[in-house]
Amino acid sequence: MAAHRCSRSALLLVLCSLCLFSIAESQETTPAGDHRATGVDNPQSVTGSTEQMAEQPTVVEEEEEEEEDRRWEATRDEVETENTSAPDTSAPTFEVHSSVPKPKDDFQEELVIRPLHSGDIYASFQFRTLWETDFTTGNKVSHYRLFPKSLGQVISKFSVRELHISFTQGYWRTMQWGQPFLPSPPGAELWVWFQDSVTDVDETWKELTNVLSGIFCASLNFIDSTNTVQPSASFKPLGIGNVTDHRFLRYATLPREIVCTENLTPWKKLLPCGSKAGLAVLLKSEKLFHSSFHSQAVHIRPVCKDWQCKTKSWELRQTLNVVFDLHTPGQGKQEWSLFKMFSRTLTEACPLASSSKIYVDITDDPQGEQFEVSPATHLLSQAMVLGDRRTFSLYDLTQQITFGTVRSLNLHIRWKSSEGYIHYQPSKDRVRPHLLEMLVQLPPNSVTEVTVQFERALLKWTEYTPDPNHGFYVGSSVISSLVPSIVAMDTNSTREQPLFSSL
Amino acid sequence: MAAPMTLLLIVAVTIRAVLYRSGVADLVSERVEVVSPLTAWKRVVEGLALLDLGVSPYSGDVFHETPLIIYLFHFLVDYAEITFMLADVITAVALYMAVKDYNKQVFRKQKYALEADRYPLDCLELIRSPGEMYYIPLKVYPSCSTCGLNNAVIALFILSTVKGNMLLSAIFLSLATYQSIYPLTLSAAALLYLMQVSPATFWWFVAQYAFMYLGSLLVLVGLSFFLLGFWDYLPSVYGFILSVPDLTPNIGLFWDFFAEMFEHFRLFFLCVFQINVFFYTLPLSIKLKEHPVFLIFMQLAVISIFKSYPTVGDISLYLAFLPVWSHLHRFLRNIFLVSCVLLACSALFPVLWHLWIYAGSANSNFYYAITLLFNVAQILLVSDYFYAFLRREHHLSYGLYLKRKDGSEATLVLK
Repeated sequence: MAAHRCSRSALLLVLCSLCLFSIAESQETTPAGDHRATGVDNPQSVTGSTEQMAEQPTVVEEEEEEEEDRRWEATRDEVETENTSAPDTSAPTFEVHSSVPKPKDDFQEELVIRPLHSGDIYASFQFRTLWETDFTTGNKVSHYRLFPKSLGQVISKFSVRELHISFTQGYWRTMQWGQPFLPSPPGAELWVWFQDSVTDVDETWKELTNVLSGIFCASLNFIDSTNTVQPSASFKPLGIGNVTDHRFLRYATLPREIVCTENLTPWKKLLPCGSKAGLAVLLKSEKLFHSSFHSQAVHIRPVCKDWQCKTKSWELRQTLNVVFDLHTPGQGKQEWSLFKMFSRTLTEACPLASSSKIYVDITDDPQGEQFEVSPATHLLSQAMVLGDRRTFSLYDLTQQITFGTVRSLNLHIRWKSSEGYIHYQPSKDRVRPHLLEMLVQLPPNSVTEVTVQFERALLKWTEYTPDPNHGFYVGSSVISSLVPSIVAMDTNSTREQPLFSSL
Repeated sequence: MAAPMTLLLIVAVTIRAVLYRSGVADLVSERVEVVSPLTAWKRVVEGLALLDLGVSPYSGDVFHETPLIIYLFHFLVDYAEITFMLADVITAVALYMAVKDYNKQVFRKQKYALEADRYPLDCLELIRSPGEMYYIPLKVYPSCSTCGLNNAVIALFILSTVKGNMLLSAIFLSLATYQSIYPLTLSAAALLYLMQVSPATFWWFVAQYAFMYLGSLLVLVGLSFFLLGFWDYLPSVYGFILSVPDLTPNIGLFWDFFAEMFEHFRLFFLCVFQINVFFYTLPLSIKLKEHPVFLIFMQLAVISIFKSYPTVGDISLYLAFLPVWSHLHRFLRNIFLVSCVLLACSALFPVLWHLWIYAGSANSNFYYAITLLFNVAQILLVSDYFYAFLRREHHLSYGLYLKRKDGSEATLVLK
C-alpha cells in the first residue's frame, strides 16, 4: 500500500508513525497529541483512492452490531467510553480528557448463543483485539500488551496484510441450522494477503505456513504448491486495502486436517486473559469437541480506527463457533445451560477486556413462549445479522450485578414443553375405548411420528364377529389445528358462495 | 456350606446379568408363560407413566399391581434389573437358611426318636444322614416381572416361620397376601409350625397371630390409601385376581375355560375355581399337621397350579423346594413320566404359541391342551411327592418291609 504512494506521502507517513511510536513509548497520550497526528494524516486520507471509501461501508456494517448495542445501552447504562474504530456519534477521541493514558489497544469479548430450530444450540465466541500500531514499517514493535506477540511478529516478518486461518471439524447443516455467522470449510483453511513489499510471495508463503503450523500446532506444513492457489476473483481484502493485486493473495485448504485439543490450546494462549478469566474459561476441550460442529479461526486485518480513517489499526479476531447437539430424540428439547454446554460457569469478565458480553438470540421467541432464559435480563439489543434484524438478550459481564449473589453466571435456556398437554384415558375392557389427545407443536419441515404399543386381549367366544378373519378395524385419528374462533364463526363471508366460504 | 452357596449365587447372578444383556431378555419378557397381566414389567412402567401424566394408573385395564409396588418402583425404575436380581438373591438365601434350619430340627428329632427306639429296626436305611441334608436352591430366570418380588416375600415368610419368629412371620405373610391373595392359605401351615416350636394354647395362639397379621395388613392397606389417595386399587388388584376379567393366555387353567363358557354360568365357575385354591388347606393341614414345612410346600404347589394367573416364576418357587425332599426319591413312582411331560410341554409351549398367533394355523385349543397337560403333570408331581412323603412316614412307624398278617409281602396303597 505504501509503495503506491508518492515518496512525499511516504515520508510523511514515516514521520507520523514515529510520532505515534514516541507517544506510545512515553505512555502519555493526550487527545491533543492525537489530533496533531491525525491532522498530519488528513491530507493523506483525502488523497486516498475511492476504494478506500468503498472499504468503509463493509467495515461499518460489521461494526454496526457493537455500535447499535452501544446506542441501545446508552439509554440504559452509563456510557462507557470504548476505544473502537467504529464511527461513533459521540466520538470519544474528542471528548475524553482523562488523566489516565488511553491505551492504544483494546480487547472485547463476546458470546452469541442462538437456539436452533432443530433443538441444537449454536454458540459463537468472538475475541477481538484492536491495536493502533504499524507492523509494516521497519520499526520493530516490541511492546506487546493485548496483541499476541507471536502473531505480531508473523505480521511484521512476513509482511502480511491480512491473514485468515480457520480450523473446522464437522459439517455445517444449513438446512437444519440456518446460516452460520462465519462460514468455514471442514479441515484447515488459510488465505493470506501479503503486502506489496513482498518480492517472492511463494517463498514467503512457504515460510509463513511453516511458522503458522508451529504456532497453532497444526500440520500446516503440508501446504505447498500442490494445494495452494491464487484466486483472481473470489477474494477481496476484508480490511482496508488500496489496490487488490491478486499476485499477493494465496489460498490453501487442508480438508483432512483434524482439529483437536492441541490446536485449541495455542489458540487460547493467544488471548490476553488466556483461558483463566472471562469468556475463555468456557473453552474446555472435552466439551467443545463433543459437539456436532466446531470451528476456530483467527482473522487479522487492518481496519480504520475511526470514520475519517486517519489511522490504521490492526484487528485480530479470534472466533470459535460450536454447535452442541444435546438433543435426545423422544424427549423433546431439553434444557440448556452454560454448565451443560461447557461444564463451566462464568465468574468474572476478563479484566483486560473493555467489554465482555453474552447475547442470547430471542428473535424467534420475543414473548418468551417457546423458551425462557434465566437469569432474566432487562437488557436487550438489536442487530442486523446477515441481513436479518435480530433481537438479543444481553448479559454484561463487566457489571457485577450480572453475576448476582452466587458470583457466578450460569445461563439456563429452558424450552417450554411443546407437548404441554396430553390427555390419555386408558380403556377398560368391554366398557370404553382408549382416548389419546396430544397438543403438539410441530416444528416446520419435519416429520412427527407417534407410536403406541398395545397388547392384544383374548376374546370370549360370544364376542367374535361373524368374519373374524378380517381382523380389527382401527378408526382414523383426528388432527385438528387450533384457529381463533372468530375466524371460524365469521358468518358474513358465508352469505354468497357458502360452499367455498366454509372450505 | 456357605462357600458353595456364595459361589452358586455369583454364578447365578452372572448368568442372569449375561442373559439380561443379551437379546434373550426382550424375547423372554414378552412370553406369556413368563409374565402375566398381574406381574408384567411393561405394565408397571405404563402405570408409572400414567401416574406421571396425572391419570390414575388403575383407570385403565393395564395396571394391576399394588400401590406399594408403584411407590417402590417410583424410585427404582432405573435400577429394575438390580432390584429383581436382589429379590432373587434374597429368595435363594432365605430359602437356604430356612431349609438349613429345618434340616437341623429334623435331624434333632430323628436323633431323639432313634434314641427313644421309636423306629422299627429295619427302617434304619430310611434315616437321613447329615451328608444328605444339604440344599442349594437354584433359581435363575431372566424375566422382567414382579413375580420375583412376590417370591422373595414368600421366601422371607418361610424363613421367619422356620426361625420361630411369630411377628415377622405374620408381617411377611400379610405382605404376601397384600400382593396376591392366595398366600393366605399358608397361614395354617405357619400356625402349625409355630405351635410346634413354642407350644401354647391353641386359640390364644391363633388370636395372637391373627391380630398381628390383620394389624400389618391394615397398615399396608392404609399406607396404600395414603399413597394414592383413593381406593380404586382394590377392585383393580383384588377384584382382578378374583374375578379374572382378562383372558390373556397363560399356563393356568382359567383363561380358555372362561373364554368358552356361557355367561350364565360364569359366576358359578369362578367361585368353583377360586374355592379350589383355598379348599385344599383344610384336608392337607389335617393330614400333615405333624409336618408343617411339607404342608407349606404342598400349599405353594397348589397355589402355583390353581391360581388365576400363574407363571413359571411361581412354579420355580415350589420346585426350588424339591431338593429338600431328595430322600423321598425311592418312593416316587411317576417321576420319569412327570419329568418327560414337563419337558415336552415346556418345549411345545412356544411352538404352539407361534402356530396359533403368528402362523395362524392352530387355535387356542392347541395351546390350552398343552396348558392342561402341563398342569396335570404338575399335579401328578405334587401328588407323587405327597404319596412318597406319607409312605416314608408310614414306613418309619411300621417298618420298611411290610408283612401281612400271614407273612406274605404287602404293598402300600394310598387311600
